[in-house]
This record gives sequence, C-alpha cells and structure tokens, in this order.
Amino acid sequence: MEILSKVHARNLVEWAKNKPDVYVLSADLTSSTEVDLFRDTYPDRFLSMGIAEQNMISFAGGMAREGLYPFIHTFAVFIYRRAYDQIAISVAYPNLPVRMIGFLPGVTTPGGATHQSIEDISVMRSLPNMTILECGDATDVESVLDIAHSVNGPVYIRMLRGEIPRLFSPQDPMQFNQARTISRGSDITVLSSGICTEEAMCAIQALQREGVSIQHMHITTLKPFNDYKVLEAIANSHYGVITMENHSIIGGLGSIIAEQMAEFGIGKKLVRIGLKDTFIHGASRPYLMRKYRLDAPALIDEAGKLTGQNFNISEDELARSYVAPVHSDAKAEAL
Amino acid sequence: MISPQYNWQEEVKRVAYGIRRRVLEHTVINNGGYLSQACSAAEILAIMYIRIMNLGKTEEPLVPPLFAGVPGQKNPNSFTGAIFNGPKGPKYDRFILSPSQYALVLYALLVEVGRMDPEGLRQFNVDGYTVEMIGAEHSPGMEVMTGSLGQGLSQAAGIAMARKLRGDTGKVWVFMSDGEWQSGQNWEALQAISYHNLDNLGIYIDANGQQCDGAMGDVMNIEPLADRLTAFGARVHRVDGHDLDMLVKPILEPIQQGKPLIVIADTNPWKGIEILKERYPKLHYVRFLTEQEREQYAVLLKSL
Repeated sequence: MEILSKVHARNLVEWAKNKPDVYVLSADLTSSTEVDLFRDTYPDRFLSMGIAEQNMISFAGGMAREGLYPFIHTFAVFIYRRAYDQIAISVAYPNLPVRMIGFLPGVTTPGGATHQSIEDISVMRSLPNMTILECGDATDVESVLDIAHSVNGPVYIRMLRGEIPRLFSPQDPMQFNQARTISRGSDITVLSSGICTEEAMCAIQALQREGVSIQHMHITTLKPFNDYKVLEAIANSHYGVITMENHSIIGGLGSIIAEQMAEFGIGKKLVRIGLKDTFIHGASRPYLMRKYRLDAPALIDEAGKLTGQNFNISEDELARSYVAPVHSDAKAEAL
Repeated sequence: MISPQYNWQEEVKRVAYGIRRRVLEHTVINNGGYLSQACSAAEILAIMYIRIMNLGKTEEPLVPPLFAGVPGQKNPNSFTGAIFNGPKGPKYDRFILSPSQYALVLYALLVEVGRMDPEGLRQFNVDGYTVEMIGAEHSPGMEVMTGSLGQGLSQAAGIAMARKLRGDTGKVWVFMSDGEWQSGQNWEALQAISYHNLDNLGIYIDANGQQCDGAMGDVMNIEPLADRLTAFGARVHRVDGHDLDMLVKPILEPIQQGKPLIVIADTNPWKGIEILKERYPKLHYVRFLTEQEREQYAVLLKSL
C-alpha cells in the first residue's frame, strides 16, 4: 500500500492556483493543518486569525457574503465545539459557501479529549443547510475540494493530515452523495467511513478468505444522505449491516443508517462499530483503535456474532493482509 | 451635493423626534416595546443615516416584502433587508445593526428617513412578515444575522475585509450597544480588525448603560471602555450621544491609517420621554405594569 505525506498541503496549492476568490483562514494551526505551503505560495490569500475561532467563523461569513470563498483551517473541535453558535447563525442560516476543514477526527490525535472530535458529525448534521464530507484516503483528500466547492452552501470536511494511505485509485475521485463500492457480496454489508475503511478492508480480506461474502462500501458524503445503492445493499444482505466509524455511534454514520433503514422499512440487523457514547483520552491511534474497538479485529468479532460463526483469524494473518489501491467499484478479485 | 440651505441638524432633530414618537406610539398600542433604546439611540441612528453614511437612495419608501422562507439551496427567493439601505456599490457605505434588539428603533428610523412605508411598522411582530421583533437578515435595514450578540462585529469585519481586498471605497458602519462589549467575541473581532488594518470600518456605540437585567454596572462592568478599545488598536472618541456636532466631529478628523474609528456615544435612556426614568433600572423592554401607567404614556403620546 502506498503511503503519502502532506497530501492536502500540496493538493490545496495546486487546486487553488486559478481560484483567486479562495482564501484560507487559519487559527494559529497553520502547519498543523497543512496550509503553510498555501501561506507561502499565496500570502495575499492567507489570513491569520489567531486563536479566536468564534470571530474567525463569523468573519468568514462576512467574507462569503461578499462573494469570497473562505476555507477555514483548524482542528475540528475548535470549529464545531468552540464556535457552534457562530456556525449556525453567521454561516449556516444564511447558507454561505464557507468551507470548514476540520482536522484530527476522533482517534487520529494523541491530544486527548480536548482535541479529539468524537461527535462532530452528530452536531453538524443537525444544522440545516450543512453539507458534511469525510476523507478516508489520499484520493479522497485530493478530490474532496472539488466536491466541497460545487456545493452552494456551507461544507464541513473531516480531513486527514500527515501520512495517509492511498486506498483508491487517483483516477477514481470521490463522488458527491455516492458511496464507493469496494467489494461486492451478500452475507453482510459493511459501511465504513474515514480511517475505519482501511481497517475494514484489512478485516474483510481475511473474512473473505473464510468464505464470507461481504458488500463493503466506503461512505464519504454524510449529509445529505440519500444514496439508494447503500440501502439496496443493506436490503440484500443476508445477515445484516455493520457500520464502522471513527466517531460516536450517536449521531454519526451508524445513526444515519439506522434512520434510513427505519424510514425505508428495511428490517435487517444493524451493528454499529464506533465510540460507545464515551469520551476518549490522549494516546496513540493504534492503541485507541484497539481499546475502543474501532479496528479490524473489532469488525471480525462483530461479523462473527452477526453470522453466528467463530472466525479464527490470528493477528499475524491480519497483519499480512495487504491493502492495495482499488477502483471503488472493483470486483472482489481485483483486491 | 448638499445645498447650502440644507440644514442637516434640523433634519436629524426631526428624525430623532419621529423615532421616539413612533416607538412610543407602538409601545402604547402594543403594550410593549424597546422604548429606552429609541430614547438613547435616536440621534445616533438618525445622524448615521443622514450625515455619516454614504448610502444609495431608495426609489421610494418600500413596503417590506413578506417572509420568503429561510435561505437555502432550494430557496432562490430569500432576501436581505439591505434593499432599504439603497443599492450596493463600491462607493457606497454599508450599515450593520449589531444589537438586533434595536430593530424597532431602526424600523422607525427607516420610516422617518423615507426608506420604509409607514405600513411597515404595522407589520411589526406580525406572523408571516419580515418586520420581526428581534430583527433578522431579512428585516428592513438589516443584512446579517445579529440577534446572537457578538457576531455582528465579526461579520461586519469580514465584509470590510472583502471590500478592502476588492478596493471598494465605501465603508462599513456598525451600530452597537454598550452591553454587548461584555461578550468576548467582540474583542476577538476588534483584535482582528486592528491586526488586518480595517480602517474602512467604523463603529458607533450607544452607551446607555442599560442591559436586560438592569444597569450595566450591576450586571458586569466594562469600564474603562474607551481605554480598553484604544488598547485594542482603535481610534476612540467619547462624546455626548445627543449632541449632534459632537457626534459628527470624529468623522471630520483625518483617518488614522489602519485604525478603525469607534465613537462611544454616552446617552440617556429616557431622553425625550422623561417618565421612563421612573422605571429605572428596568428599562430594557417596556411592558406597562398597570393600565394606569399605560394611560400615562398615552397622554404623553398625545402631547407630543
């Protein structure tokens, strides 16, 4: 698997080259949110706003009213927690094209509870006019800006930074409101988002070797959510559906799917992998994923419970699973 | 050009009187209103519209349009109340009402300066209309959402930033109350305004010393306000908010490069309606306690 570094940093500079109305607003986390290269390349389009996120959000609303496109860059928690009223009133109510790029989703930071965004999707999803996108790999990161920018209204992006795997072919960009189908199958449907998709791919390879037929889909548009293919996959799954997210199971992907299933009358079992209504603490990502059951073994366990089987998949075997970049609608054998 | 015969002071006095009279009338008829705000802010708002700001003209007094739904991707019909402030353009100034609790005062002003049809005031707080009690962006004279105190100045700063980047010569004028300076976001905003040298932004503060719970000193102190604002990088003037020449003087002085102008206008919240003083310190929203009190104000209204 290819691992890339500072994907957003390079991509944003290239992407914004011929977009003079795109401005970056930063709250003292410029290199931490990978906009230092943007700042150095387009200093006139970079606005330093200091550690003052409430003002930054409302200020961005004012700029957007005048036809500019502010791209807010800071840690996710400092967007939706610190400045929720400002997002609601200065940005979401007037449906302004402010792009909020939130870094450090869930367990991706050892920064502890103050830095870990575990309920951002839940909170942002209840705001009218808000669009929510989440990245799970380098190709997502490279293609999310086009999608965000095509939205006539505010967009919140759960962004990744640093070393990021490429799970999907660069020729296969993120599509708005369309899940990526990674594998096809009929025993279980697995719906994963963000960094959980890499874990799911790893577990699913092992499960497939055990003979389980799995429909795996990667979700990038969390709001709006009306991809009928996802519902179709759930309806066609023999045992049911497992959602897997780096977020609280309340209000995120698991809740979204529960609502959709109830509304469409799809009577299947739903298992939600995610943070079980708990804060987490400062530690490494692998430790947190293991401790809070967001990783590949967690999926294998839940798949076992759902199908009534006891999979004997060793840690070594999981470690040997090689995740290669795929075209999102690739057949299982392409893995 | 203003003709030599034009006496702006007389016009401001007429409009300020009209604001107080219309808000009093409204308060008597509806048994409630933001009356003390009319008393304190009448001259400030009148002078901003008549003498300070360079606003485009409205063709005729406008009748407020009906509420057209909240903004959203699926609603192409939503609008803001900025149409009451004339056309937008690079040379024109913009007006932002920060404490939208002053909406009734603004509406009365718009009638007095011929921008809103008097019918608009009769739509105040009536279901389905835009002339809302605590104004929103669709309310006459308003263009941003400011009912959540603290957000007005930041939004105005964003507009000023964009206009500066675009090279507009028009300014952004913000009307503020004193109480809202208790909110941290305003200080964040002023910090950013200074840092980004937004000298195309100016603020008039109605310092009436009142807030919802009562006198400001009994709720939360903000003094020394002038010193604090100066320390944050503003060019600050503190004047008598009912003295027309003093209210205008700060804008006649040369701009200090990079510094926003702030005029703290000390005002009297019962100015022109002295019996209001009897209600001190509960002045934020006037609802008559007895029918007798209401009659007292009705008599006063007739005498005006």
